[in-house]
Amino acid sequence: MVVFKKPHALTDAPLHYCPGCTHGIIHRLVAECIDELGVEGKTIGVAPVGCSVMAYNYFNCDMVEAAHGRAPAVATGLKRSLPDNVIFTYQGDGDLASIGMAETVHSATRNENITIIFVNNAIYGMTGGQMAPTSLPGQVTQTSPYGRDVATVGYPIKVCEMLSQLDGPEYLERVAVNNVKNVRNAKKAIKKAFENQINNKGFSLVEVVSTCPTNWGMTPEKALSWVDEKMIPYYPLGVYKDRSAAKEENK
Amino acid sequence: MAKVTFLTDVCKGCGLCVTACPKKIIRIATEKLNKKGHSPAEITDQEKCIACAFCATMCPDCVITVEK
Repeated sequence: MVVFKKPHALTDAPLHYCPGCTHGIIHRLVAECIDELGVEGKTIGVAPVGCSVMAYNYFNCDMVEAAHGRAPAVATGLKRSLPDNVIFTYQGDGDLASIGMAETVHSATRNENITIIFVNNAIYGMTGGQMAPTSLPGQVTQTSPYGRDVATVGYPIKVCEMLSQLDGPEYLERVAVNNVKNVRNAKKAIKKAFENQINNKGFSLVEVVSTCPTNWGMTPEKALSWVDEKMIPYYPLGVYKDRSAAKEENK
Repeated sequence: MAKVTFLTDVCKGCGLCVTACPKKIIRIATEKLNKKGHSPAEITDQEKCIACAFCATMCPDCVITVEK
């Protein structure tokens, strides 16, 4: 009996990510959810700009490559013209929280019926490790060699907390993938985000706290523990908004 | 019986499976190199494997298949 094998919704192309990068885990979780919900034939993904720019090579469904940060806008168009299809975007923090912040906030406030997978690794990975909007205070990056100075460049953006203030979004959750337990929880959250869309509930965003061993300058193992020590205290895991669950409770 | 297979040529030798294994029976074979020039992970004692699939859960590259 096979306990674990590569999901069908992933292609056989070897991933181009650095050794130990958790993008691979998140790709697999998305593919497993597509497999389990049986929606591979009617799923359309939107790839971002960033490390995961070549996500269209790895998913076995149709994929569209959006301009930098515009994935939620492209997904909006796809969903409105093809309402029976399942549309997801896969974006990093440079894409979603920086250049694409307007598209993110407006698609959330319109409660667009799409699923967003937001990978937060607190750095710009593809361009070589510059400071991102999500870099932690004091974090050393290429463009903040003495650590992020909040007096001059401000504080990190907490996307889930910020969007949870809006009335629009249906479901917001932050998860991590730094150990087996967190990976399992992340899969549950991603699956729920897809189910919400299938049940026409609306905008679902799952923020996945991820690692960047190369640009953090750590071994993959050390990067996983850095997530526990530094990232999760600043970006607490949990459900930030679940409108349907809240309605159930009020009944 | 539990059986773990590694797709050695896709492995990047990151070692996340090594840290996840509760039985500590996976190692990075530093004396070997695969097609890409990475030292791949391998299982040292198949008999001790309990097919928990923790290694495969943490593997970013879908290198591992677990059977039992």
